[in-house]
Amino acid sequence: MSFFETIANIDRRVIFLFIGFAVIIPVLLSFSCTEEASPIVQAIFDKIESLPEGSKVLMSFDYGPSTVPEIQPMIDALLRHCCEKNLRIYMMALWGTGHNLISESMVDIIEHEFPHKVYGVDYVNLGYKAGNQGLINVILTDMKKMYTTDAVGTEIDAVPMMVDIRNLKSFDVILSLGGGFPGVKEWVLFGGDPGNVPVAGGATAVSAPLLYPYYPRQLLGLLGGIKGAAEYESALIKGYPKFKTHSHPGIDMMGPQTVAHIVIVIFIVIGNITFFVARRKEGDERGERGILK
Amino acid sequence: MDSVFSNTLAAILTIGIISFLYKDNPLYKFCESLFIGVSAGYWFVQQYYANLLPKLFDNLGITRLLGAENVADGALQNLFVRGQWDENLLYLIAGILGVMMLLRLVPQIGWMSRWPMAFIVGSIAGLYFITYFQSNAMRQMQNTILPLNSFNNLVLIVGTVTGIIYFYFSKEHKGAFGGAARVGIYFLMVTFGASFGYTVMSRMSLLIGRLDFLFGTWLGLVK
Repeated sequence: MSFFETIANIDRRVIFLFIGFAVIIPVLLSFSCTEEASPIVQAIFDKIESLPEGSKVLMSFDYGPSTVPEIQPMIDALLRHCCEKNLRIYMMALWGTGHNLISESMVDIIEHEFPHKVYGVDYVNLGYKAGNQGLINVILTDMKKMYTTDAVGTEIDAVPMMVDIRNLKSFDVILSLGGGFPGVKEWVLFGGDPGNVPVAGGATAVSAPLLYPYYPRQLLGLLGGIKGAAEYESALIKGYPKFKTHSHPGIDMMGPQTVAHIVIVIFIVIGNITFFVARRKEGDERGERGILK
Repeated sequence: MDSVFSNTLAAILTIGIISFLYKDNPLYKFCESLFIGVSAGYWFVQQYYANLLPKLFDNLGITRLLGAENVADGALQNLFVRGQWDENLLYLIAGILGVMMLLRLVPQIGWMSRWPMAFIVGSIAGLYFITYFQSNAMRQMQNTILPLNSFNNLVLIVGTVTGIIYFYFSKEHKGAFGGAARVGIYFLMVTFGASFGYTVMSRMSLLIGRLDFLFGTWLGLVK
């Protein structure tokens, strides 16, 4: 059996093994790559950077535990940036699983790294509300119709930072971080476009290609997958070097990501060569048998 | 101690799921079933406390009727005790539609589930009709009307026009029209390739996340 025949019949588990090593070795060696923010990511950074102190940022946690490795680095970087800029952060979720993830992010980033921030004054957790795009449609005109209390049951008018909030148009920017439906697309369609409110998004890499058509006029910017997160982290470190010592999982994950992609590209090239060699060989054999003239 | 136990449990479940890559096995089956069961339970409880309890039972006054003391009177109390109309009574219609949806489980009267389904389809279609037309048709067309003063704009316009030509089947793809359709195919191929690349990146991120957990958080081998 020739080399190409062996490759053509290779057990798929061998490929899994290669991919496994391509990820494990860089993870163990903490191999990482240098990242530079692309224009679509830089646009979000610049928008946050341009907001004056006290501006209102609505952050929607539209994801679940299965996409935490991709979305959480984006959330962490955006929260750090917003806190550093002294913006008011309103956190909500269109996904049921988002509720607990808001609480975790609040503890890990805001309470741990910015202990001087006051709940209800600098940030608030509005929790999860069912309704998907219907919810966005309602809060476009009346926020308090859906949110009568915050996530811990405090009357909404007793939360100081909610006093001057009427609807989505009260916010300076909407950040939707999500991995499916409802997510960034629904925020653009039902919130950003009709309300003329700037919407920026962070999405899993799978859903990112579907969102590119909205950039730059309907979508301010987009963090696409872990690469987008890594680029935002690098922009944040460049703007605020003190964050270099903080965790930056996006940048850390780009090392294994790069090696795994190289291995996959090599497999694709080998697979294609094998295919063409096999087809040529088959053609030669058929020609010898007189099937092809 | 708690984190050691929970991390070990999570690691065993992760390994159990990944073991499917070698071949199907009982540990994988167990982990899969556990995942489905926990997810279903989580969503049921979540939806009950986020939807059914506050919107239906509290608003109608059913929880109050059942003896709950820390809940205000609902629509039923307002109607029958005070004789006042309460707009929350409209939730009764939603509740009835919800019950009708469940009747699908009873074959004899399963047809009744079509009514709430028709309501959902109709309302969602209506909601999307205007939004999609405005955002996905008008705004997208507007976004494509660009000056040909940069390479990016040129690629965008050529890609959009040739892509549309490829999907125009009322004229045979021959001559200049066929050539444009062929260019459209190339643009589609590039799109699919980019999409595939992103999908690989997404799946790899999940794998890296789990392996980082196994070797870093659980075993402590990553600095």
